[in-house]
Amino acid sequence: MLRLPARRAIPRTASFKISFKPYVELFQRANEPLLLIRELGQLGQLVLELDSSELPDIEDMEAEHAYFCWTFRLVSEYGEADILEVFEFVEGDCDLEIADLGIYLSPDDFVDDDAAGLFGPEEEAATAPTVKIKSLKRTAGGETVVSQSIRVELDKVDRLVNMVGELVITQAMLREQGGQLLVEQYPNLVQGIEELSRHIRDLQESVMAIRAQPVKSVFSRMPRLVRELTASLGKKARLVMTGEETEVDKTVTERIGDPLMHMIRNSVDHGLELPEARLKAGKQEEGIIHLSAFHRGGRILIEIEDDGAGINGEIVLKKAIEKGLVSPEANLSDEEINNLIFMPGFSTAENVTNVSGRGVGMDVVRKNIQGLGGRISISSTPGQGSKFTMSLPLTLAVMDGMVVDIGHEKYVLPLGNIIQTLRPRQKDINSLPDGRGIMMFRGEYIFLVPLYDIFDVSDALHDPCEGLVVVVEGDGGVLMGFIVDDLVNQQQVVIKSLESNYQLVKGISGATILGNGRVSLIVDIATVQDMSTQHYSESCGRGGNNVQATDIPVSQAQTSVEVH
Amino acid sequence: MTALAAKEDTRTEDQASEEEEIKQYISFNVGDELYAVEITTVREIKGWIPTTSLPNSPEYMRGVINLRGVIVPVFDLRTRFRRGHTKPGKTHVVIIVKLEERTIGILVDAVSDILTIPAEDILSVPDQDVNPEYAFMEGLVAVDEKMVAIVRPKLLFDMALLPEIAAEVA
Repeated sequence: MLRLPARRAIPRTASFKISFKPYVELFQRANEPLLLIRELGQLGQLVLELDSSELPDIEDMEAEHAYFCWTFRLVSEYGEADILEVFEFVEGDCDLEIADLGIYLSPDDFVDDDAAGLFGPEEEAATAPTVKIKSLKRTAGGETVVSQSIRVELDKVDRLVNMVGELVITQAMLREQGGQLLVEQYPNLVQGIEELSRHIRDLQESVMAIRAQPVKSVFSRMPRLVRELTASLGKKARLVMTGEETEVDKTVTERIGDPLMHMIRNSVDHGLELPEARLKAGKQEEGIIHLSAFHRGGRILIEIEDDGAGINGEIVLKKAIEKGLVSPEANLSDEEINNLIFMPGFSTAENVTNVSGRGVGMDVVRKNIQGLGGRISISSTPGQGSKFTMSLPLTLAVMDGMVVDIGHEKYVLPLGNIIQTLRPRQKDINSLPDGRGIMMFRGEYIFLVPLYDIFDVSDALHDPCEGLVVVVEGDGGVLMGFIVDDLVNQQQVVIKSLESNYQLVKGISGATILGNGRVSLIVDIATVQDMSTQHYSESCGRGGNNVQATDIPVSQAQTSVEVH
Repeated sequence: MTALAAKEDTRTEDQASEEEEIKQYISFNVGDELYAVEITTVREIKGWIPTTSLPNSPEYMRGVINLRGVIVPVFDLRTRFRRGHTKPGKTHVVIIVKLEERTIGILVDAVSDILTIPAEDILSVPDQDVNPEYAFMEGLVAVDEKMVAIVRPKLLFDMALLPEIAAEVA
């Protein structure tokens, strides 16, 4: 039963039935169905049906799970290829079926009619004999894009970046003021403010993109270094590099060069064994050093992995005791022992050589990386190799933050680290013998971090059930629950240095200026993580064996949990 | 203008003997006492505005303020001199001082005067060599029979010395 074309002739309109079921991976790759749907809606007239039958009770709901699937009915002048293009970037992360129903009818007709009836099963069979099921293929871009570039003085770009920073602050102020206006009274003004914030965000991203550079410029120095080192040390090594195209702020590329070289040097000198030893250990004669860069959660991670001997905990500990860095009675976890190599003055090399043994090294590396707002962590398996992971911010100027109330003060938490915010029930809250709060979160116990205590705010709420718990991801994927009074809002914040006029403050990575002109401090999650661990180990009286622990902000004490 | 001109004059006249130079100072109160800082280091004088306190900082560190987009720390001079805590109100002022690359604010009770003092009128602080605590004073001067201590903010709030000072105050 074919329907006749519309009363008003609409040229070559075809209708499609599209069923779309996203997998969890789609969300994990930061794709958003809403955007896809919006884009689809631009192709023509769209009727959609949401299948939420899989959605469980809110209590049992997992925030990172995909529960929905959609059925779209699209009447469009475009063809199937255009529809496929909408889903181009979610290929493999969803079930997608596109059925070309091939009938021609007017969109009016279509909407007026009972859509379900129109696409009833019999009808489908009748009108769409050729139902094509396609898996999506990314169009392997054959076209070569000629990129043009101009040289600009860095000063000019920096001026632009600064101006945009000021603009972001002004916009935050406007939005704060605008938030008090009634939408009914000033619809255009409110809408204008919203639009302005969107444009400013785009502007800011574009400006930051100007400063972004591929890490290739740094990585490209490494092969030569490895060649020279292996030649002088009589070792065999191959450097494998991936992710050289990963872009990061110019300041970062400028300043990670030296630390990176130092770490590569370490890997070749300390990590890799001599060819004979490698053969004896059943490994390839040639060691492999893997240098990779990739984005994760608004940061760039740079990993240096070798398949050498790994860190020998015993030797490290012995050396540290010899040099008086640790007291002999200290009882340290493997993680803590690995972190000893970041202590000033530490070296395991027996002799001072050109390459290493000077005992100036990893502590400087760590200082440099921390200076960039980054962190460094180690994981090492004896006999199989070590991996150093540097986590660096993408830009040094602006970030997305969540403004929270802690007593009368406002603090900013980096949005990228926030997993969820919730008000726990009393039964989810427990405490360990040392008084450290612990909370059940998604089937795991996580530590509660009393920010009011760490930042010494006197008038803050202490009970997480009265305030809120912001679950954040710390170093090594460790989850923690920060106790705050309330959430204020989410906004872009311009990072201002405290050091330029004062000094580094522990637990604080910088400051920003809020819409009301007041200064707000940005919480450094990794440091707070350590401060809270320390806080309790001290209060419990176990602090006796500490490794001068005051200065090891690199994830200590927590066994690392890999989060993918 | 005349003061400036005078200053220019003295400079050209005897560059050799710097000590006879006439300098200008801004004097201010903390309680009943008068202190002064050299006028060239002062950037501006601001009415007190609430600060954002910094965690784990020495007691005399009152927090930071936003000075046209720059984060500036504010120090309480009274607390620094171990005379308790200033309870700032509308009349309190923050003197914004430039110390080499750093800009800091000093919380005082009130600004009192601009003093023009020839170098020879500045008297040395007794016992200064013996007591390192007095190092922050450049000298003492009597104005209308009241003693004014000329301070060097750099030594009062020197970041390198901060940990020591913090320990002392605590």
